[in-house]
Amino acid sequence: MKQALQKPLAQYLIALADDELILGHRNSEWTGHAPILEEDIAFANIALDEIGHARLWYELAAELSDEDKRTFPDKQVFFRPEQEFCCLQFVELPKGDWAFSMLRQYLFDALEAQRLKGLIKSKQKPLADVAAKINNEEIYHLRHTRAWVRRLGLGSKESQRRMQAALDELWPYAQALGARLPGELELVEEGFVPSSSKAFGLWKKEVSAFLKEADLKTQEAKVHEVDRAVHSEYFEVLVKDMQEVAQTEPGASW
Amino acid sequence: MVSTLAPLRPSSASIWQALAEVPDPELPVVNLVELGIIREVEWVGDNLRVTITPTFAACPAYEVMAAQIEERLYRLGATQVEIRVRHEPHWTSEWIGEEARLKLKAAGLAPPPHHSCDFIQVLLDPVACPRCGSINTSLRNSFGTTPCRMIYTCNDCKEPFEQFKPL
Repeated sequence: MKQALQKPLAQYLIALADDELILGHRNSEWTGHAPILEEDIAFANIALDEIGHARLWYELAAELSDEDKRTFPDKQVFFRPEQEFCCLQFVELPKGDWAFSMLRQYLFDALEAQRLKGLIKSKQKPLADVAAKINNEEIYHLRHTRAWVRRLGLGSKESQRRMQAALDELWPYAQALGARLPGELELVEEGFVPSSSKAFGLWKKEVSAFLKEADLKTQEAKVHEVDRAVHSEYFEVLVKDMQEVAQTEPGASW
Repeated sequence: MVSTLAPLRPSSASIWQALAEVPDPELPVVNLVELGIIREVEWVGDNLRVTITPTFAACPAYEVMAAQIEERLYRLGATQVEIRVRHEPHWTSEWIGEEARLKLKAAGLAPPPHHSCDFIQVLLDPVACPRCGSINTSLRNSFGTTPCRMIYTCNDCKEPFEQFKPL
């Protein structure tokens, strides 16, 4: 691959990884607190999967940046200053209630599914391989979160109200899912990655139809912050919490 | 004059045999070889290199697995063990051997259904209860106690059970 494309591709992968990591970390806050035990375990596993996927993307980015694949993911997660993360505010928002977390995970998974369809066909073979691996695991996520959105949307008056409130809050943030990722422009031209706006268009069509089926209404929303360098007020606390143990005793093993 | 004899290298067969004694940390009824996790064993100089393909990307048992593999191979006589993770080709439940499937079933875990590369086609197929054999079962949750399992309930014998996910 062209030398000039290595850096943009590494940046692109780190953005993908950061979204997965932060969403996984956020959702891990449900561990021990979910409404029922089965769901506690299920959602902890989904959170773990996302963090595992983040690791795969970081490892690929490490290979493109002459970094040690074994240490790079931890370095990115535990020792990177907060300002250098490039996740969307969509994944930073506090976990909210169960409806909010289920809906966010669904909206994220549905977009990821569209993007992965393109990544699987990437001309960069290692990237296509990882995408295929992640795609298989994501099928289970989507099945799970779709079931929850439908169940709550079509459930009781209270569950519908909560799901609708979650949608009203998330929808403007979700519009940023279609924003171009770092380095994307050149990478799309080379056939390395799919266009985010195209994936987003397919996402919007599918998600809108599904939400309607689940008795949930979307309203035209302004796109919330798309700049991945601009973080929400919640992010600083999240990063501090995530890095606290590792930074207390760098290099410790257990 | 002191003559130094090079220690005898364990044979390939004995290495595979030793690895077949390493249980899966979360499903100790089956071993890492029959789950298809161990892909290759080769000597690179004095280094015994073991290539493994974990089931799920985030499998939390990975580090325990790696430590157990090393420990078993050192005990066999290897002096240096290197464990490499490879995800291409990625792990598929089709790599689980027939004997392992029977062991899973005996332990109360429904084995994953066979599929030809595309597991989505079998996702909605009926899953037989490993206890009573009934196919009158319902999916309770796509996620069980580990990322690689799902929870079902048998509508006939009323027992809950887990299935090893097709992948």
